[in-house]
Amino acid sequence: MSAPNTIYMDNNATTKAAPEVVEAMLPYFGELYGNPSSMHSFGGQVGRHIESARSKLAELLGADPGEIIFTSCGTESDSTAIWAALRTQPHKKHIVTSRVEHPAVKNLGEYLEKNGYRVTFAPVDRQGNLDLDYLYDHLTDNTAIVSLMWANNESGVIFPIEEVVEKVKERGIVFHTDAVQAVGKVPLDMRSVPVDMLALSGHKLHGPKGVGALYVRKGTKFSPFLIGGHQERGRRGGTENVASIIGLGRAAELAGAFIDDENTRVKRLRDKLEKGLLERVSNAMVNGDPENRLPNTTSVAFEFVEGESILLMMNELGICASSGSACTSGSLEPSHVLRAMGVPFTAAHGSIRFSLSVYNTEEEVDYVIEKLPPVIERLRSMSPFWSDAQCKTA
Amino acid sequence: MWEYTDKVKEHFLNPKNVGVVENPDGVGEVGSLACGDALKLSFKLGEDGRIADAKFQTFGCASAIASSSALTEMLKGKTLEEAQKITNEEIAEFLGGLPKEKMHCSVMGRDALENAILCYRGEEPKKLDSEVVCECFGVTEKEIERAVRENNLTEIEEVTNYVKAGGGCGNCHDRIQGVIDSIIGAAKPKEAKPKKLTNIQKIKLIEETLDRDIRPELQKDGGDIELVDVNGDEVQVRLQGACSTCKASQVTLKEYVEKKLHEFVSPDLTVEEVKE
Repeated sequence: MSAPNTIYMDNNATTKAAPEVVEAMLPYFGELYGNPSSMHSFGGQVGRHIESARSKLAELLGADPGEIIFTSCGTESDSTAIWAALRTQPHKKHIVTSRVEHPAVKNLGEYLEKNGYRVTFAPVDRQGNLDLDYLYDHLTDNTAIVSLMWANNESGVIFPIEEVVEKVKERGIVFHTDAVQAVGKVPLDMRSVPVDMLALSGHKLHGPKGVGALYVRKGTKFSPFLIGGHQERGRRGGTENVASIIGLGRAAELAGAFIDDENTRVKRLRDKLEKGLLERVSNAMVNGDPENRLPNTTSVAFEFVEGESILLMMNELGICASSGSACTSGSLEPSHVLRAMGVPFTAAHGSIRFSLSVYNTEEEVDYVIEKLPPVIERLRSMSPFWSDAQCKTA
Repeated sequence: MWEYTDKVKEHFLNPKNVGVVENPDGVGEVGSLACGDALKLSFKLGEDGRIADAKFQTFGCASAIASSSALTEMLKGKTLEEAQKITNEEIAEFLGGLPKEKMHCSVMGRDALENAILCYRGEEPKKLDSEVVCECFGVTEKEIERAVRENNLTEIEEVTNYVKAGGGCGNCHDRIQGVIDSIIGAAKPKEAKPKKLTNIQKIKLIEETLDRDIRPELQKDGGDIELVDVNGDEVQVRLQGACSTCKASQVTLKEYVEKKLHEFVSPDLTVEEVKE
């Protein structure tokens, strides 16, 4: 079987850097190598371009450029936010988050739990929606920070951040959101949603890898995570990753233009893919709230087959996606997100996440709808749960 | 991404002998949907007493399917006595090796084969009748012991790779370590008995262990512990704070405090709680 060109439907893992982004970055690997902190204009001009990138990103978020700190990745942004809230309120020893966070927050929470903090992991329901009452009931005067993802990387389910942030801030608690999956896919506006801190990552919105940003609302108490030079106004030491920051700025500019396409055409492609698969494959279902989720994401559970097998067979067909199954990650249990949602093991092991982008086409979706059902069929035909032979003595 | 050998890929993408043989002489099943992999193996003997046909059905990842396919190929032409000797290592070798995290796939093949042979002999599938150690994956102590012995495993992570035990909630890690220790310990020449401690040394060591390893843990939950007296090998303690009213305090004493004292002071100690 000749594999066609790669059909990339794994955009929640990473995205292709837009050609415009790559083009914008190139000079900074070459002639524009100056240090933005230098006094001479050869370096100083680079500093001005960084400020321009900062303004572009601020515009995407409805923020002030002074509220943006460039970091190395989404994880650094999350860590910076949570540690800042804890260090500036040393008497408060409680953190509230959810059970479906990305490891950047989940594993930090588990680490803090072993190191003198109390952490509440709020549950979600079968559709992946947050249990708001549980969350509100667990806020205390000792709570330093609430950290919730804006949208889930596996199910695509969107948390009602607008609603939660009001309630949390009424209690004088710092609110941070990991918006890595949301930025560029759904409109966010810091003028109408008063989160204190927001983390994002460049490579999830057609920017480069190795760069992220943390939005810190003016007036929020802050303590740097990386202590060093005066870069980022002393809030994040270390010489700037200039090319990637420029790339992120360009990506933010494009995201503003892409976002309509993402919420109309890409959403329709996602819906077509999902519908096409569910129509052609029996015992298949969607994980997560079908309404309240990112326009590009669908997590489909194929019962009685195992995700890694599906992925590798799709790989032979040039289709890239990912799985919530255990075998793909090296762990033995299905993803913590699917387990927190109570997806039965029979379905969780065979869950495949497709995440599209503006670069996907209708032909690609049609190809997947045509090629994937026979793969599931074939794997099911190998499965013992599809047959009835028994040991004579049993 | 897993680094699978070409042989694994070949047996995954074009598996041999999928299905169930007609009128099988033996059928063996292992695993379950919940566990994430399962295998049903069936075989038929020829008139010469050798395995004439073997087929499999597998639910699982690429290496599970490849291991099953490999096993059926290995079985053909073998007598049952020969087949019985196939080890999980040999299945993995047939495929040019498996990633270490996937060794449990080869173990699953071996287990299904054993059950199929038992089935042929009219015996019940062997559920190694011993206590379940890993609740998440239903793995028994004997299964763990066997994997440790046959594959010379020395770490919990390896046990997880071979039989899955310990790959879920992690609550059984201490017990798995216990199984490993007992086997490694039995294999090693007995170490010279530690010198008998004087009473003063014993009390000092107990105090040190309490301070270093036990109190900080209890204090995290709002509890504490006080050493009241040491009478021979009986250590008398009083639980304080949250521990004094905790229903699980006896478990804490026996499972945690006593174990730590065994580890760091002497295996002969028993811990008794003194109430007011």
